Amino acid sequence: MRVFDLATTPLRELNSALHTLAPGTNDTNFEVVNPRGSHSVAVGIDQPVVVEVHGSVGYYCAGMNDGGTVTVHGSAGPGVAENMMSGTVVIEGDASQYAGATGRGGLLVIKGNAASRCGISMKGIDIVVQGNIGHMSAFMGQSGHLVVLGNAGEALGDSIYEAKLFVRGEVKSLGADCIEKEMKPKHLKLLADLLEKAGIADARPEEFKRYGSARKLYNFNIDNAEAY
Amino acid sequence: MSYQNPYTPPRKSATFDDYTMAEIRRAAATGIYDIRGGGTKRKVPHFDDLLFLGASISRYPLEGYREKCDTSVVLGTRFAKKPIVLKTPITIAGMSFGALSGNAKEALGRGATIAGTSTTTGDGGMTDEERGHSEMLVYQYLPSRYGMNPKDLRRADAIEIVIGQGAKPGGGGMLLGQKISDRVAHMRNLPKGIDQRSACRHPDWTGPDDLEIKILELREITDWQKPIYIKVGGSRPYYDTALAVKAGADVVVLDGMQGGTAATQDVFIENVGLPTLACIRPAVQALQDLGMHRKVQLIISGGVRSGADVAKALALGADAVAIGTAALVAIGDNDPHWEEEYQKLGTTAGAYDDWHEGKDPAGITTQDPELAKRLDPVAAGRRLANYLKVMTLEAQTIARACGKNHLHNLEPEDLVALTLEASAMAQVPLAGTSWIPGKGGF
Repeated sequence: MRVFDLATTPLRELNSALHTLAPGTNDTNFEVVNPRGSHSVAVGIDQPVVVEVHGSVGYYCAGMNDGGTVTVHGSAGPGVAENMMSGTVVIEGDASQYAGATGRGGLLVIKGNAASRCGISMKGIDIVVQGNIGHMSAFMGQSGHLVVLGNAGEALGDSIYEAKLFVRGEVKSLGADCIEKEMKPKHLKLLADLLEKAGIADARPEEFKRYGSARKLYNFNIDNAEAY
Repeated sequence: MSYQNPYTPPRKSATFDDYTMAEIRRAAATGIYDIRGGGTKRKVPHFDDLLFLGASISRYPLEGYREKCDTSVVLGTRFAKKPIVLKTPITIAGMSFGALSGNAKEALGRGATIAGTSTTTGDGGMTDEERGHSEMLVYQYLPSRYGMNPKDLRRADAIEIVIGQGAKPGGGGMLLGQKISDRVAHMRNLPKGIDQRSACRHPDWTGPDDLEIKILELREITDWQKPIYIKVGGSRPYYDTALAVKAGADVVVLDGMQGGTAATQDVFIENVGLPTLACIRPAVQALQDLGMHRKVQLIISGGVRSGADVAKALALGADAVAIGTAALVAIGDNDPHWEEEYQKLGTTAGAYDDWHEGKDPAGITTQDPELAKRLDPVAAGRRLANYLKVMTLEAQTIARACGKNHLHNLEPEDLVALTLEASAMAQVPLAGTSWIPGKGGF
């Protein structure tokens, strides 16, 4: 286990160490202390490392993660796990806006709330939020899954493509071209798997509603102009 | 003897000219605005409105063909561990696989590599072909993040954060369904055949303070190796340049309204943004005010066609230029060879701009495999290399005549303007006077 104290060690040393593991090493566990809101903590991971961050982080923690397991024992600033390719990122506290933005794979679990634009332009990532999410979440969501145990803010899934959204609580409003969809058995199974992956035992898939694209804006039509 | 009134020819309105009335009828018939490729077609003050003075008694020229005039440029000297070194200050602007065929992208890579310059990806990600054929490849980081991944980020030679482009400052993009092949759809994580909307704002940052943090992230991910460019459309060039510098850019790319797009509303292309000529001096002024001129490099694009244009942009203070439309023309776009087919599409060679429809007879702006086959990437790459070399020679010819042993030694004092507008925009005197509007003189 390598420990990086960001109160005394430059961020560059942490990220550089994460990017330059010796081939075949089993020294893949990292601990970060005193992040104190630092930006870009543990970004660009491209190996199956395990990173435990003790404290809260600023922007883009675990950005573009590809295979790492990053746990933040605190809250995360904007853009946590943005463009994640694979791996797992867990935020024990709350996450600010753009959580999981453009993520392509992997699992992002937020145990608190997520602010606006959670899962914006998501492209394959799975995001599970145990609290509430803010407005414009899953905007232009292309693929992947967003699971919310609490409530969703305004304009959920605006201009959504093929991302699948599951919300247990209230949805303040749906965005353009986003509609409630039938929860079929295959979706219940999918949701059960996602909840299990996120380690959530106290929520049943039947309690959720599913939302996705009405696909009316997929090809431009002047008569739909009011929707844009 | 009967009197006949003299013939009075029918008079058409300057306001309601033929094109304007045809556009009104087209809008009324179709119910949709006109979408097209390319940059502005209106006449705006441009490099053509400037002239070089050349040498005289007080200026000593260099001997053509014997005395060296350096054309090299290094981009990314501010922070990047591995700046880009180009043999010519003419780069290839970002154009996507999707908008262009794979063969066209390959041709651009081949031509740029022969000429010793860089080419640039576009909205849609990096293909193996363009990486393989481009010795120096700039990877665009766009609002849509289509095809964005850290592996490609690391195998790029530089990263260009795209905030806007000259054809549509403030606009996103749309790749219409007819150009979405299986491969394009896969690269963009979207179903085949649907319109692909590209957002106009980045999804995970807003404003210059966030941008500074975003740049830090990209530098950390790439271990501070890659130059980071910021590309903006011509809009508020003084402030945009200053903010790009403040955010930590190595290079600022400034694209005027003559710069092309793959597909945008005609009303947007023609009515939003600044001419390239109007962008350069404010951007250079911002760099000078910050003490960063030549430390943060400035690339100018939008309507660069010849070595004269290159020399003029550099004389006004740019470090390099980028070409897009001109590069497409060099590889075969709008070539009269295909006139018969342009006619079938209701247009003519030189005017074809429906690049979004994917029916390009020249096989460049298409994903149709049969049309794409028409472009031989090796021969087209050679044409582009020839063109780049000619432009470089032309710029050298002018620089030598002005007594400069490096293109970067060209300066505003070498220039005069033919029109008041160009004089005001370029801040060089009206020809034959020492007068610059707003600056005094006589």
